[in-house]
Amino acid sequence: MEASSNTLSRTLLAVLAHLGLLAAWYAFVALGDVPKYVMPSPLATIKALFDANYNWWLNSGVTALEIFVGYFLALGVGVTLALLFTWSKTLEAFFMPLLVSLNMIPKVALGPLIIVWFKYGILPNSMMAFSIAVFPILLTTARGLRETEPELLDLVRALRGSRWQLFTKIQLPGALPYIFSGMKVGAILAVAGAIVGEFLSSDKGLGYLMLQVQVTLDTPAMFMAVILITLIGVALYGSVLLLERLLVPKDARIA
Amino acid sequence: MTEPFIHLSGVRKTYRRGGEAHLAISDATFDVMPGELVSLVGPSGCGKSTLLKVLAGLHPQDEGEVRIGSGTHAFDPARDVGMVFQAPLLLKWRRILQNVLLPAEILGLPMGEARERARALLGLVGLEGSEDKYPYELSGGMQQRAAIARALVHDPKLVLMDEPFGALDALTREKMNLELLRIWKESGKTILFVTHGISEAVFLGTRVVVMTAGPARMADNIAIELPYPRTLDMKTHHAFGEYTRRIYRLLGME
Repeated sequence: MEASSNTLSRTLLAVLAHLGLLAAWYAFVALGDVPKYVMPSPLATIKALFDANYNWWLNSGVTALEIFVGYFLALGVGVTLALLFTWSKTLEAFFMPLLVSLNMIPKVALGPLIIVWFKYGILPNSMMAFSIAVFPILLTTARGLRETEPELLDLVRALRGSRWQLFTKIQLPGALPYIFSGMKVGAILAVAGAIVGEFLSSDKGLGYLMLQVQVTLDTPAMFMAVILITLIGVALYGSVLLLERLLVPKDARIA
Repeated sequence: MTEPFIHLSGVRKTYRRGGEAHLAISDATFDVMPGELVSLVGPSGCGKSTLLKVLAGLHPQDEGEVRIGSGTHAFDPARDVGMVFQAPLLLKWRRILQNVLLPAEILGLPMGEARERARALLGLVGLEGSEDKYPYELSGGMQQRAAIARALVHDPKLVLMDEPFGALDALTREKMNLELLRIWKESGKTILFVTHGISEAVFLGTRVVVMTAGPARMADNIAIELPYPRTLDMKTHHAFGEYTRRIYRLLGME
């Protein structure tokens, strides 16, 4: 009872904080005599959403697709590589240091190269999202798969269990909390990656739109674009959280 | 006279760690009769755990003979070994019943039957009502009971226990010793029980095999002539003290 009322008051405070920010924004613009091209009011921002010229649906859809493709590619590649590493120590010893070094590259710096390699459009921006999201997923998954207690491996081996049984029954579920912690970090990075890609070169998407309207100092549309990008990120992050809640019991989760 | 269930003769095992060969077991020779509970006692690093791994078929011995099973007690190495370790090693994401069922799943046993057996075993180890709990909801002692149920679920003939109560507090440990004796009597399994608790080894075992470290070797094989059911007050008996003293001496601690 106490716990639930505690949760309730925390939720209430969280909502209040967000509403407070909105109110502060409104007051700042209304009372501060700030020019609209510097900071639009919340109302002006909302109004931009109803202007069909901005093509919000298309642009949001394109950005979401880029993030989605890059993110799931990162998830697939990251988990598969991590799995291969647990199966072969040599493979791990060879590739892991290399990947750790590659992880040091600021992925944003790869942008111009990725455009050379993949032209422009949805694919290079997905690759941008992929390149930035894959490392945390790979590294945390590899760590999670390594954490299996050796005695559990003995237990399965003594029963002549197969490698696949070991993976599906022990290693993968054991690594899930780690995979999810990598997925959460990756989700936020994938959004950033796709937007950077759009900034560099694209003809659709919310990042592209921001550059278009920047020329005319159309800040309400830029604000709206940022809000929509954030919402896409929140939706992705939220889905990951939800999936984690469904798949990982409370005690096994990593904060 | 019945045939031994386990026959070890001149078993020798070295393992490599960091390029260096360590002698884990030199000349382990002893027999275990069907239905016996044999304690293996000795200091850390005397090769007790290695011996269990040899028996579980995880690592072959370098030399000597290991024979498990007899004419009357057939032994299938794939499905006749149950294992309990020092840590319960329950899978955190599975409820207790699902944890107990793990070996049955790996062996591909009919699940309906296995589920019934798992419930019965949870009753046997005193965990009825905890089937749907997660491991974190149980105390260390209760988790270890679940691990024992898991080791029995596929009805193995041989149960290998590697310091199963080593991580428990002294009182829980004594209680678990009594519980183990009861489970052993009711299940009729052959049990090999590794410990470095001398009093625990004597209290539980039909026999105590004493091993010493540096170099690893078998020092003695003592039949414990104390009647079952054993009770805690037997620990104060003169005979009990004689046995423990004899083992302390073998381990060079007196």
